[in-house]
Amino acid sequence: MTPHILTRSLDRGAALFLVVLAALGVLLPLLNLLTPESSALHVPTYLISLFGKYVCYAILALSIDLIWGYCGILSLGHGAFFALGGYAMGMYLMRQIGSRGVYGNPVLPDFMVFLNWKELPWYWYGFDMFWFAAVMVLLVPGLLAFCFGWLAFRSRVTGVYLSIITQAMTYALLLAFFRNDFGFGGNNGLTDFKDILGFNIQSDGTRAALFLLSCLALAIGFLICRAVVTSKLGKVLIAIRDAESRTRFLGYRVESYKLFVFTLSACMAGVAGALYVPQVGIINPSEFAPANSIEAVIWVAVGGRGTLVGAALGAIVVNYAKTVFTSGPLAPYWLFMLGALFVAVTLLLPKGIVGTVNAWLDSHKPPPTDAADSAAREDGVIQPKPAE
Amino acid sequence: MSLIHLSRLLFAAMAIAWVAAATPPAFAGPYEDAVAQFAEGSFADSEEAVGKLVASGNPRAADIITALQDGRLYKDEDTKLVFIQAADGKISNAATGEAVAALPDNASKVRLNNKLRRTVEAAMAGLTLLSPDLDKRVQAAQQVFKSHDETMLPTVEAALKAEKNAAAKQAFAEARAAILLFKSDAADPAKLDAIAVMKARGDQDALALLTAMPTEQSAAVTNAVAGAKASIERSLAIWSLVQNGWYGLSLGSVLLLAAIGLAITFGVMGVINMAHGEMVMLGAYTTFVVQEAIRTHYPALFDYSLLIAVPLAFLVAGAIGVLIERSVIRFLYGRPLETLLATWGISLLLQQAVRTIFGANNREVGNPSWMSGAFDIGQITITYNRLWILCFTLAVFALLLAMLRYTSLGLEMRAVTQNRRMAASMGIATSRVDALTFGLGSGIAGIAGVALSQIDNVSPNLGQSYIIDSFMVVVFGGVGNLWGTLVGAFSLGIANKFLEPFAGAVLGKIAILVLIILFIQKRPRGLFALKGRAVEA
Amino acid sequence: MSMLETRSTSAMLYLDGVHVSFDGFHAINNLSLTLEPGEMRAIIGPNGAGKTTMMDIITGKTKPDKGEVVFDGTVDLTKLDETEIAKLGIGRKFQKPTVFESQTIEDNLLLALNVDHSVRGTLFWRRSNDESERIERVLDIIRLRDARDRLAGSLSHGQKQWLEIGMLLAQDPKVLLVDEPVAGMTDVETQQTAELLREINSHDKTVMVVEHDMTFVRELGVKVTCLHEGTVLAEGTIDDVSANERVVEVYLGR
Repeated sequence: MTPHILTRSLDRGAALFLVVLAALGVLLPLLNLLTPESSALHVPTYLISLFGKYVCYAILALSIDLIWGYCGILSLGHGAFFALGGYAMGMYLMRQIGSRGVYGNPVLPDFMVFLNWKELPWYWYGFDMFWFAAVMVLLVPGLLAFCFGWLAFRSRVTGVYLSIITQAMTYALLLAFFRNDFGFGGNNGLTDFKDILGFNIQSDGTRAALFLLSCLALAIGFLICRAVVTSKLGKVLIAIRDAESRTRFLGYRVESYKLFVFTLSACMAGVAGALYVPQVGIINPSEFAPANSIEAVIWVAVGGRGTLVGAALGAIVVNYAKTVFTSGPLAPYWLFMLGALFVAVTLLLPKGIVGTVNAWLDSHKPPPTDAADSAAREDGVIQPKPAE
Repeated sequence: MSLIHLSRLLFAAMAIAWVAAATPPAFAGPYEDAVAQFAEGSFADSEEAVGKLVASGNPRAADIITALQDGRLYKDEDTKLVFIQAADGKISNAATGEAVAALPDNASKVRLNNKLRRTVEAAMAGLTLLSPDLDKRVQAAQQVFKSHDETMLPTVEAALKAEKNAAAKQAFAEARAAILLFKSDAADPAKLDAIAVMKARGDQDALALLTAMPTEQSAAVTNAVAGAKASIERSLAIWSLVQNGWYGLSLGSVLLLAAIGLAITFGVMGVINMAHGEMVMLGAYTTFVVQEAIRTHYPALFDYSLLIAVPLAFLVAGAIGVLIERSVIRFLYGRPLETLLATWGISLLLQQAVRTIFGANNREVGNPSWMSGAFDIGQITITYNRLWILCFTLAVFALLLAMLRYTSLGLEMRAVTQNRRMAASMGIATSRVDALTFGLGSGIAGIAGVALSQIDNVSPNLGQSYIIDSFMVVVFGGVGNLWGTLVGAFSLGIANKFLEPFAGAVLGKIAILVLIILFIQKRPRGLFALKGRAVEA
Repeated sequence: MSMLETRSTSAMLYLDGVHVSFDGFHAINNLSLTLEPGEMRAIIGPNGAGKTTMMDIITGKTKPDKGEVVFDGTVDLTKLDETEIAKLGIGRKFQKPTVFESQTIEDNLLLALNVDHSVRGTLFWRRSNDESERIERVLDIIRLRDARDRLAGSLSHGQKQWLEIGMLLAQDPKVLLVDEPVAGMTDVETQQTAELLREINSHDKTVMVVEHDMTFVRELGVKVTCLHEGTVLAEGTIDDVSANERVVEVYLGR
């Protein structure tokens, strides 16, 4: 008997992750909204936004783990999908400003008035409607990933070659979005947002709601990833990761699998970006910088790739460390830390935190009974081979 | 008007007599008289004095007239002495050039009015057109070519007749033609000749003059102008192709220089080194340090700073490369994605280290004298630094090829790349070869940094801007093939420069990136791919 | 070349005039070979004779420069890729045993089953009784039932060979290409493998075995083709071939 897709996705670790996430997602906003500022339990709004940012990063990390940890596709351009989702949301938020901008133009965003543009470019149409923007958040990154992946996987571009051209992709987008005439605010990007769905974007309530939504998105993304990796498709993905050509000789169309999971992953990254923008209040081309995408990969490596939970934890841990470091007197040393982290994780902790803990637990548990072992088999936590 | 005309003719003729005879100016009388006449005070006297001065042919005449023009000429009406105040305030006797401690109390400026000013300007132009200094003559002729001032025609013609130097003769002929084009009363045959001269010159300026010509002309002249314009436009189009080609070669050489070390580490060893750009950066900073040391201790050696920096940069970057290979990369062989991440971390460390030591701002790296300046070929200008970088790149490439082919390290490197186990069993210390190969690739990146410091900002981010381009070049050219890297670099460089006029610099670059991405789909292993079972590993 | 026309043969596998070169090196040189349906053939030949390259060509990994490769009398294999060829029913066991090391033995067999291999099919897949039974059968045949939950990477070399043969069985192809199946096996295992292959062959499967081990080839007792420098050197019974002067020359050196 194979368990149902939902129950199969949930082992103890995954359930624990979701419970903690749900608790934080509800508790933190409540502590922010219901306790007085003087209270020791009060969580200031800036922290809510900061944690919201971490949660968005966790979604991005999850999307990278899905393709890297389970299918061996190392994308160094996932920041591009994140940023595209962010820009789609940013465009909606820009149009919500309406006549409250500095120049008071009811239709054109300020930067277009500044550039002396007379009318809205066609690709800005529809972004005054939330549903349209929401569809674009999924569609634009998804479509780019689909086209890019279709070209790349069909011609069997793999390994570092794929990594390099994904990096070139995000670099090309970086250059493009820096241009004023591209119509996305150039260097400055999109900012000065006023409200979202009619709620003031600065208000405590909106912030709390966005944080809750981000946690919800992380939970849903996590469940989707679990469902994928614990299905037979997940086994095929791992087979592709470990022995791509062997999988082909078994009659699997490898490129279709890669394309599916790459596109799914890009859509998730887009959602992460869309939730990120209203919480940080700005989206600009620097989000496309290749360095950002590689940094996201290291979150996954730190947490443990091929574990999903680890990816999310890695994103939160590394970004928390970054906040602590860059806001204190140690700020000049953050890049040393980050650089050392890259080297140390790949050399000393190739399985990441969660992977290492799992391996330790495995080696310390009693010899498997039939039931326990089959549970372990179904949990989808499979250690990647070090080599690709 | 006609008087001025005449007087100009006179100066010219007299000056020509002097130039033609090339006799040293030693006659005391007329020259001293002319100088002294400035002290008389009236405009008429001054004008006469200018005429006599030019006629005297004395080499100091130009200085005196320039001083008059700039209001630095002083007279003492009592002693009839005239003084020049140099730009730095020093006083000298105008007639003799002897230094004088101070101006006499009653000295006053020799004044100018508009009429006198025109006379002075014409005299100056005449003087420089006839200057004994070749460069000055040519420059003056070019000035006339641009202004095509009708009044200069007699002087130009006189100078043309007297000129011996071919280049100067050419310049005078062109200046004369330019004047004739605009001279309303010039005869048709003269104009036709002038148009032919313009056509032969064939550059943007000639085209501009032909376009600006008055329209009321005889049919023959109009036709000739149209023909000449078309011909110039054609030749300009060809030159612009040549120019783009040169820019492309220049960019290609920069790309090749940046990618050549990567062709060793990534192409030959298969190690993906994201810190490659930082090796380039280290080379550039080595150049900076060398130049600083030279500036403070041995300023005379500045022109040799790059020659000193090249081996040092090789050693610095190479040593750091070996260190990275021994401490990190060797533990990651066979795990390319991990290598990628670890070396990215190293690149962050190196950047931040340099930022800590040298600061985040651009550091000044100077061009030695032999690398600054430019020269013209036909209609294009070639700067020495770009030319030297192209030569340098090709030299490095040739040296590397020779090294791989003829040295024992090269042989061992190729052996280890082709069959590591076999090489090891034949007694090659493979891990030593790995370290040295990586060091070689890094060292070459360091050398690239020396050259790139001449054309790019030396900052901690220097390497970042080259890393993606370098990988594109190596991947495009075909991994494991140095010639592929060469062809890849130059074709990308040239393609980029030919796209730029249509798409703009940024869009051109984006287009190139997109094209490479599409190209890799078609030929995943690059232009010059290796085939066969061995590749699959 | 000009005489080529689409021809239909009764053969299961039909190679005619196949050439492949890598950078000027002729790996396969005018190779012609025919396997009738239900036939088992042993391929021998020294290193570099082109045995593995031939399998690469049949399975679509390498495209021949020229020549015909026809499956089941009608299908031109040179136009298809690995996935399509595998779906047609050509299964392959690699020289170096290639199993999915980080997955269990059971999952390895599950992946090999010739059921719906589409993305959607695998995403919403639920195991059917029929699939379970087939897996149980294969586990019995390859004697790995007790190890079904172990990771494939933890198996011994010989066990991996058997697992890969088991994957071939689960794949249930019409043609089996088996590259060096007994390398690293004990004598008993070698004999068992020979029996297994004969058993498979007796169920109307066409089998091509590449092997160095002459005892094993003798054990199979089938027609032998000797390849040398990418072309057929000799063909016949094992005794005929091993008596052939040129074969002896190639194996012992000139």
